[in-house]
Amino acid sequence: MAEKKAVLTGVHFMSGDIACAEGAIAAGCRFFAGYPITPATEIAEHIAARMPKVGGIYIQMEDEIASIAAVIGASYAGLKAMTATSGPGFSLMQENIGLAVMTEAPCVIVDVMRGGPSTGQPTLPGQQDVMQAKWGSHGDYEIIALSPSSVQEMFDLTVEAFNLAEMYRVPTLLMADEVVAHMWEKVVIPPAEEIKIVNRKKPNAPPGNYAPFMPDDDLVPPMACFGEGYRFHATGLTHDEHGYPRTQDSDVQMRLVKRLCDKIRKNADKIVRVEEVMIDDAEVVVVAYGIVARAALSAVKKAREQGIKAGLVRLITLWPFPEKHVARAAEKTKAIIVPEMNCGQMVREVERAAKTTPAYHLPKLGEEPHTPLEILEAIRRHS
Amino acid sequence: MMEAVEHPLLKYLRAAMIPHIWCSGCGNGIILNAFVHALDELQIDLNKLVVVSGIGCIGRAAGYINADSFHTTHGRPIAFATGVKLAKPELEVVVISGDGDLFAIGGNHFIHAARRNIGIKVICANNFNYGMTGGQVGPTTPLEALTTTTPYGNIEHPFNLVHLAAASGATYVARWTTLHVRMLTASIKKLLQRKGFSFIEVVSPCPEIYGRHNKMRTGLEMMEWFREASVIANFSDPAKAEITPEKIVVGEFVDIEKPTYEQLLYEKMAKLMKEESE
Repeated sequence: MAEKKAVLTGVHFMSGDIACAEGAIAAGCRFFAGYPITPATEIAEHIAARMPKVGGIYIQMEDEIASIAAVIGASYAGLKAMTATSGPGFSLMQENIGLAVMTEAPCVIVDVMRGGPSTGQPTLPGQQDVMQAKWGSHGDYEIIALSPSSVQEMFDLTVEAFNLAEMYRVPTLLMADEVVAHMWEKVVIPPAEEIKIVNRKKPNAPPGNYAPFMPDDDLVPPMACFGEGYRFHATGLTHDEHGYPRTQDSDVQMRLVKRLCDKIRKNADKIVRVEEVMIDDAEVVVVAYGIVARAALSAVKKAREQGIKAGLVRLITLWPFPEKHVARAAEKTKAIIVPEMNCGQMVREVERAAKTTPAYHLPKLGEEPHTPLEILEAIRRHS
Repeated sequence: MMEAVEHPLLKYLRAAMIPHIWCSGCGNGIILNAFVHALDELQIDLNKLVVVSGIGCIGRAAGYINADSFHTTHGRPIAFATGVKLAKPELEVVVISGDGDLFAIGGNHFIHAARRNIGIKVICANNFNYGMTGGQVGPTTPLEALTTTTPYGNIEHPFNLVHLAAASGATYVARWTTLHVRMLTASIKKLLQRKGFSFIEVVSPCPEIYGRHNKMRTGLEMMEWFREASVIANFSDPAKAEITPEKIVVGEFVDIEKPTYEQLLYEKMAKLMKEESE
């Protein structure tokens, strides 16, 4: 259950960035470190105003590298911690996202995607970082990434991102976009007792017997925090269950990296969420996420009005990729359409899962998201 | 039969991580020794101590100390430590790292943590080069020194770390060499007792990687240099605290008090929370 006095229970009209900030606070986030960047700045501004009133910390760091490093530090000190950024800052954070993966630091990173590469289009939406979310840091790992399609989901999925981060001890990404972040919509914030809160598992072992990276059956190790008397070591180096570096030991490397991947892969069915609309008899299925999924839903409904059997799979979880859901939809349909605000990223995952069913990418770059009409035309072309 | 006697300072070390990785003649052991002596003399509660390091030879020190410890990515220990200190200000948070980690790749974090006066304590082993990667030029390499990437002599002007720390706002600043073991230990004790951002530079021998290119093949030769060149000039102008072949200015340079970031942060938080509840 969420902390009652920190939750703004009620019906609100707010922007996606503000809803995200409120979601974080409702989830129990009490540490935010960030650096200003369009279009994520309003998250930091709102947190800066709200956090001290609920006993939490806002600090504006000198850059995004410092921001994610401070977030990992605060997480190890026992707080739920978050940072928010956009493409350029997300790139700067990549190395330490890997550190959070390796040291299994629960934390949430919000990337409000804008047009890239480089400085790109700070005020326009993009979906160009979704592969970076999965592969941005060096080395092999699995991560969790969520994609909100509405201001309500900026609240809901931020709460969920914290819960997943705490449950699996993994940095969890909220891959929003400029439209969802800057748009104002109705948001219903439930009573605190209705907000499900997950906290990291604490060790049962006394300090002397605690091995900080010894996993339970779910492959996730219980987490002691600094100052609790466990006196443990953590490192970005390849380490054994005690946290000690074992950089020359291939068995330790295999065991560690495989577990870091498996704790997400083997729990994928529990993590993955999609929204399926009218796919049972669909001859054309649109696979979309983020703000584009809103236009896609409208297009699918219009297609149905015109007698075309269209359906939608909306990816709420981007990573781990909802492979089974896409495969299932692909089995029964003739064509898949993947509208994305990029030159073709998630479409590759869709193709992989869809096997022989063709997947057609519908790119959009440099302006507003796809219109329903643009997606409807694609549905018509392939129906 | 005599009973085995445990070394009185062993409790401060993580036995499972020993032996250490450092070369013979390296000064890091002296720094670690001075640090655990300071912990012992102050009876620091190991359950309330967090040691953070970056990447480099001295970066392994965090793992050797029997407290909570974290070995971060290269250059980021201060940023990580900032998160720890703000989240749990009651913890003693010490960063032990090297000149390359703290002042090249991590330089930005150093100056900003000092400016904000975050109450973390930073001990820098300055060995004039990147030892772990085999001896490349670094931000403190003296002019004309030979390293593997300055084979014709260094043409970069080095940082004066104590001047940089003082100018950035550090409230306690000192420099010693590993020859000045007692002064260093006393200085670390002060560092641990100060509230604000505190900094000690320890000029440390690296005969194996740096010295051998620069006519100081052994630890002893490097310590001879420290002995001959060191001049103690307490509370002299840090801008003039040079390190040259002829002169190494050591001593304490700054010892002042001003409100820490976490103090101001928690005061504001308490005030706002009180207003909210009224």
